[in-house]
Amino acid sequence: MRGSSPTAARSGLMSCHACHQLCRMPAVLTHVKAIYPRCEAPLHLQKPNSISRTWALLIAAYILYIPANLLPVMTVISFGKGEADTILSGVKELIHAGMLPIALLVFFASITVPVLKLLSLTYLLLSVQYQSQWRPRERTMLYRITEVVGRWSMIDIFMISILIALVKLEAVATIEPGPGAISFAAVVIITMFAAMSFDSRLIWDRLERKS
Amino acid sequence: MTKSWLLPCHSAFIPNLVSNKQSTIDKTSDNMPSIEPTALHNLIVCHECDLLHRVHPLRYGERATCSRCGAALYAEKRNSFEHTIMLALTSLILFTVANAFPFMTFELHGRVQESLLSTGVKEFFERGMWTLGVLVFCASILFPALKILGMLYVLVPLECNRRPWKAALVFRMVEQCQTWAMMDVYLLGVIVAVVKLADLAILAPGVAILRWIDHCPGCGRLRS
Repeated sequence: MRGSSPTAARSGLMSCHACHQLCRMPAVLTHVKAIYPRCEAPLHLQKPNSISRTWALLIAAYILYIPANLLPVMTVISFGKGEADTILSGVKELIHAGMLPIALLVFFASITVPVLKLLSLTYLLLSVQYQSQWRPRERTMLYRITEVVGRWSMIDIFMISILIALVKLEAVATIEPGPGAISFAAVVIITMFAAMSFDSRLIWDRLERKS
Repeated sequence: MTKSWLLPCHSAFIPNLVSNKQSTIDKTSDNMPSIEPTALHNLIVCHECDLLHRVHPLRYGERATCSRCGAALYAEKRNSFEHTIMLALTSLILFTVANAFPFMTFELHGRVQESLLSTGVKEFFERGMWTLGVLVFCASILFPALKILGMLYVLVPLECNRRPWKAALVFRMVEQCQTWAMMDVYLLGVIVAVVKLADLAILAPGVAILRWIDHCPGCGRLRS
């Protein structure tokens, strides 16, 4: 964009996230509880403390990702023999059983999506903090995809909940959920919160300041 | 014309608000765009890049996207009020049915194991994993229910020309529930679980007959 782009912040306006109402920025924003007149949502210029909150959640997700992958998520106990499954070994089992499309789905949802979410949020945060101007539109698209795709990693958790409800045939077959499931669910939820707390306007703010 | 990359319908290109070089309407040469107080309701701001746009009326089926970052700004849909209310009512009925009756039955060696949507939650609590139990309960039962009820609470009185109490607050809650109500993810989880069960049947000797009574298509309606 050549010239100055008219953004809301530079024009002294704020927009409500819920009802899109524009209103003028009040003179005092801190220590005052201000709300939009139409829908009574609280006033925010940007998402508050976006960078620090997103980093905190991201680091927590990285730490929890280790036990999520190392600890077993599910143990199939058949005739006294237990077979503990981590997420990766669960995918391998599906491939060995010949169910390739489902194996790909689980691999994509439980392994690819969380890793890509962690990496893209890290990249977006670093690019904002190092004042990068590289391809803002593509970075915004990356952020949008990260936000939308995040919830699909919950497939594994729901699958475990259905399996433990159904397979309760004492000696023949039982399924026990493992501690890895809690860590994995925590990683998914925390990355969802991290994506929600990142403010994509920061990507464009850096361009505004340079021009 | 900028095409909307999100949907295959038309998108109306909404030109930027007055800037010092591009405008054909305002010939002032100020560096900062000037906005009259009355014009605020004609403007809309992109949520992802904070760019101001002028609101233009759209035809049905069109949607407006941000000229800088491509985010969706607003769209014009035909009869959206009536459609949403009908879908919400249908979802309510189907959701009640889906939760009241067993949605899957597993039979092996004459032993039958039925399960409702809430059985999985109960199992998590019985094994002491209450965090996962609460999570699955919220994602698959609580938030979808809140979403449907919230929508009906706001839309039905509005259709009858009355304003419900605290409507804006309830609708904001419904917007939040869009991300956290994961019925569509649950559906896929069911498919994966069925495939895994078929796989397990190979381990256990004998034939596992899987009778699948599914009310889940009703739950897919919850994404209205």
